[in-house]
Amino acid sequence: MKNLLRYVITRALLTIPMLLILLTIVFVVVRVMPGDPVASMLGGHAPQSVIDQKREELGLNKPLIVQYGNYLLQISRLDFGQSMILHQSVLDAIGDKIPATIELTFFGMIITLLLGIPLGAYAADKRRSPQDYAIRLYGIVIYCIPVYWLGLILQMIFGVWMDVLPVAGRTGARVFVSTFEKTGFYTIDTLLVGDFEAFGDVMLHLVLPSVTLGLVLSGIFIRLTRANMLDVLQSDYILAAEARGIRHRRVVYKHAILNAFVPILTMMGLQVALLMAGAVLTETTFSWPGMGRLLLERIYLRDYPTIQGIIVIFALIVAFVSLIVDIIYALVDPRVRY
Amino acid sequence: MKYSPTAALGQLIGRMGRMGRKYGVEWWILVVGALIIAGIIFMAVFAHYLAPYGPHDQSAGPQLAPPSAQHWLGTDNLQRDVLSRIIFGARTILGVAILAALLSSTIGITMGLISGYSGGFMDKTLSLVMDSLYSFPGLILAIAFAAMLEPGILSITIAVAVIYIPTYFRLVRGQTLSIKEELYVEAAQAIGAPGKVILWKYIFPNVIATTVVVFTMNVGDAIMIEAALTYLGLGLPPSVVDWGMDLAMGKKFLPSGQWWLITFPGGMISLLALGFTMLGEGLAEILNPRLLER
Repeated sequence: MKNLLRYVITRALLTIPMLLILLTIVFVVVRVMPGDPVASMLGGHAPQSVIDQKREELGLNKPLIVQYGNYLLQISRLDFGQSMILHQSVLDAIGDKIPATIELTFFGMIITLLLGIPLGAYAADKRRSPQDYAIRLYGIVIYCIPVYWLGLILQMIFGVWMDVLPVAGRTGARVFVSTFEKTGFYTIDTLLVGDFEAFGDVMLHLVLPSVTLGLVLSGIFIRLTRANMLDVLQSDYILAAEARGIRHRRVVYKHAILNAFVPILTMMGLQVALLMAGAVLTETTFSWPGMGRLLLERIYLRDYPTIQGIIVIFALIVAFVSLIVDIIYALVDPRVRY
Repeated sequence: MKYSPTAALGQLIGRMGRMGRKYGVEWWILVVGALIIAGIIFMAVFAHYLAPYGPHDQSAGPQLAPPSAQHWLGTDNLQRDVLSRIIFGARTILGVAILAALLSSTIGITMGLISGYSGGFMDKTLSLVMDSLYSFPGLILAIAFAAMLEPGILSITIAVAVIYIPTYFRLVRGQTLSIKEELYVEAAQAIGAPGKVILWKYIFPNVIATTVVVFTMNVGDAIMIEAALTYLGLGLPPSVVDWGMDLAMGKKFLPSGQWWLITFPGGMISLLALGFTMLGEGLAEILNPRLLER
């Protein structure tokens, strides 16, 4: 146990340089690259004095190295500053939107796992059979379909032609969010209040976006599961289990799949970047009021502090998830220790 | 013996069949991928001869007409011919994706070789930077770059290229580390070959083979990132003909049922990405069967 604690602390400390590099990249992209945020914010006709005053207000007239230091200090206090456009702190703006993104990615991930793991395991079991090739082909094709296009096609089929599912937003017009909103996670909020009609509406709005996201990511999970299962199925203990006369189905879908799950879990952590990119695109397609749409809205408005804040949050999530995955991995597999 | 095209074609088909029997399904995946790419490249190169109308021609036909004999893929809200826009749009996406992949592979391979060969503090720092960059969502990084740069072909190429540098760096650095220990490298060092010669004459040729597969898959990925950026309205000025931008425009007409405006541009993006991915998968299986099993 002491060993494990040491591993966790070492791993957490190793996150710091990675985080610092990510934050520096964000700073370079947002602050150092050409383009004057203040001038573009105030429009082309603002007098120089107004521009200078605004620059001073935002600390943009200081040397870059000082700006960089201030930026790191601010972030270490989790202070992302004020939006340039609205009188709202950047953290509040993000806090409003992040539950929507988490809800979407959570349900998307569930669909991905429900599709990816069984199909991948089945393909590995029936290696080099027509079923295996069909599943692998599905994996390749679905990987190449842009998530936003799949979203539009599903909208067209289920929203416009069949008119059975909502295609935009998190709730319908007849549901009043103010009557239940607490945590921002509408699925939880509606249940807390006991408003089952609203819960049904929220779930219905989740169907198309999360299916879209889940389908696109399922291709990668099929491949990961299949590759790991192939390794596991060749190991001695699987042969031993078969030799003891345990039914083949049970060996594959119980013994093997559980052992293949550890590497799959790590891969899941690595896919978090893909999941977030997918979420950004899904959100814009389904007018889903989450982080991705906020980022794009603020890009069009040239609201630099908010843009920077959102990208920093994404970097924090990436670093945090990779830390958590490594810790889980160490918990599950005792061989992983420093 | 006289040369006959039919005989040559027959020979070619025979050879393809033999390769198919030797490598199985992977060979056919490769062939289909290559055919898709060849078809779209042909379309892009001969756009002027193939397209029935100009891509900007605002009097090509009626407004928002569904697919018909005159307009195979229909027309858009500005009376432009969708088919012609798709044919010309192939140039933008192919150009940007291939250019971006060339740019990132050149930078990534060079940095990976030097970093892996020289080792030490610089190698450690560079690896850490590249690993961090690699873990960050590529699309979001590309969005940030595209948003900060003036819209244009060069900007979007850079935005797409930046996110793939770590992929090449990590691959090449890892390989350089192991090749560096090989006996023939040691022999070259012993006879006093300078570092530059060892790097480019001994290590580089051994590294390049695996990067071919990664390059092909990378182009497929870059196609989707390019289309995603332009779909989001970033990276390119509206005057450029582009599938992603056409898709974003078609999205506005989805509720009123003009299905052809989204189906065809999006389908082409998928098809082109599929072509490169299939070529890459096939190459990977045939060149190195263990690569994808892992």
